[in-house]
Amino acid sequence: MIRKLPLEKGNVPGAVRNLLRLLLALDDVDAVMAPLRTPGARMIMPGMVSDPERIEAIDPVSPCFPLNAAQLLSKLARKPTGAFLVACLRPCEIRAAIERAKLHQGSLEEVILVGMDCGGAFSNRDYQTFSGTVSGDPAEAFCQAIQADELRFPEGLSLASACQACTAFTPDAADIALGTFAWESGFLPVEARTEKGRRFLERLHLENAGMEVCEKRNVVVSDIRDRRIAFRDAMFEKTRAAVDSPEKLAAYFSNCVLCTNCRVACPICYCRECVFMTDVFDHEPLQYRNWSRKSGAIRLPRDVLFFHLTRLVHMSTGCVGCGQCSNACPNDIGVTELFCTIAAGSQQAFGYFSGRSIDEPPPMTVFETSEFPEVVG
Amino acid sequence: MEIYEPTIVAFVCNWCTYTAADLAGTSRLEYPKNIRLIRVMCTGMVDPQYVIKALLEGADAVLVSGCHPGDCHYINGNFKARRRMKLLQEILPRFGFDRNRLRLTWIGASDGIRFVEIMHNITRQVRELGPTGMRNVVGF
Repeated sequence: MIRKLPLEKGNVPGAVRNLLRLLLALDDVDAVMAPLRTPGARMIMPGMVSDPERIEAIDPVSPCFPLNAAQLLSKLARKPTGAFLVACLRPCEIRAAIERAKLHQGSLEEVILVGMDCGGAFSNRDYQTFSGTVSGDPAEAFCQAIQADELRFPEGLSLASACQACTAFTPDAADIALGTFAWESGFLPVEARTEKGRRFLERLHLENAGMEVCEKRNVVVSDIRDRRIAFRDAMFEKTRAAVDSPEKLAAYFSNCVLCTNCRVACPICYCRECVFMTDVFDHEPLQYRNWSRKSGAIRLPRDVLFFHLTRLVHMSTGCVGCGQCSNACPNDIGVTELFCTIAAGSQQAFGYFSGRSIDEPPPMTVFETSEFPEVVG
Repeated sequence: MEIYEPTIVAFVCNWCTYTAADLAGTSRLEYPKNIRLIRVMCTGMVDPQYVIKALLEGADAVLVSGCHPGDCHYINGNFKARRRMKLLQEILPRFGFDRNRLRLTWIGASDGIRFVEIMHNITRQVRELGPTGMRNVVGF
């Protein structure tokens, strides 16, 4: 089911806000979760809106992506509340929310996932520079840059590499999907992609649309996808070559200080008590002496490779490639590049694509009695 | 030329492979001293991080060995182990660990002779592979 959302003078954020306003007006919806402008600053943070008047503060297309809001959504949807919450998220946040729901970290029963085509985002540091450089509204400047097919930004800034390598930038897993890349049409196509989405969308009394509304958007999407695939493949190749021996892997993480920010920022690393935070890793002082004696010298903090490899094995089948691990790294390690590269292989090995569907069980939670004969022997 | 003597860490299931090793012992069969057995109650409890830890601490190969499909004492632990091994075999070779350093076998409780044969085979193969690069990565 596809409907038309009116678009005035190419004002995409305005159109999205109108859709959210219509949804909030329904009697069984009592709040909207969406990126909000912070008062007096150019930072955009996830927020919750209950008053329709405050919808104006929502900035749905900003290139600011300080954290993956799926973690916060879990907090809001931990228990039933009796009313629906509209969650307006990036496609990678939607996929993370779906992965988390499968891992019993928040339920999507009372959540309506609204997604839109994603132009990508800057790292936190680059966003600060970008928003300080442009004279007007940073989101508008960004919108114009995408619409003009002109993704060149001031001072050599570029989108986060996770975003440049993202091929799942359309909201395929959302309940209600907005084709925001159809800016030339005068309408934005709004599509219900689930039964729940259909139930809510038809109550908004929007005009019916045929497939023709999507044609212009499809051209833009396929153009961007081609560029992203090329970037991703080059990134994979470069990263694979950078870590293809234990020595190179150690060099890759040589400036890791084991702050574990990447784990905290990761929407898929959901364990409330991570093994690396337990006293399993409070090694005895004598143990350190033994290690040092055995090798002649040891690097501290220890367990850096152990930490990253374990995290790879524990979460790479669920990695949504949001790039927040790199965003959180204080030492500019290419965490995202490595994790995306490895995750692509892990997911392919099990025919899985994280966050694609709530009905697909995560690979490590199921098994077949007869499979993978090549592993045994 | 001096023969490289590898260290092979083997996580073996209490109900089958460990019993087979016991049987090999009481039958006075010999197997290479390179194998270091770690008895676990089920291969289904071998978290991939145990395998990673062994490799990072300098093991040249890791073997996980459990009951034949359908024979698991806990019904399906060995099937879970197989999925985890599949994942490790997908990830670790990207970092230069040869796939043959990550082994999964099924050895039943009465397979004492087979246990010895498999340990000889694995030791021979890992000897040929030589040491992992991990030993050069000081202190990691």
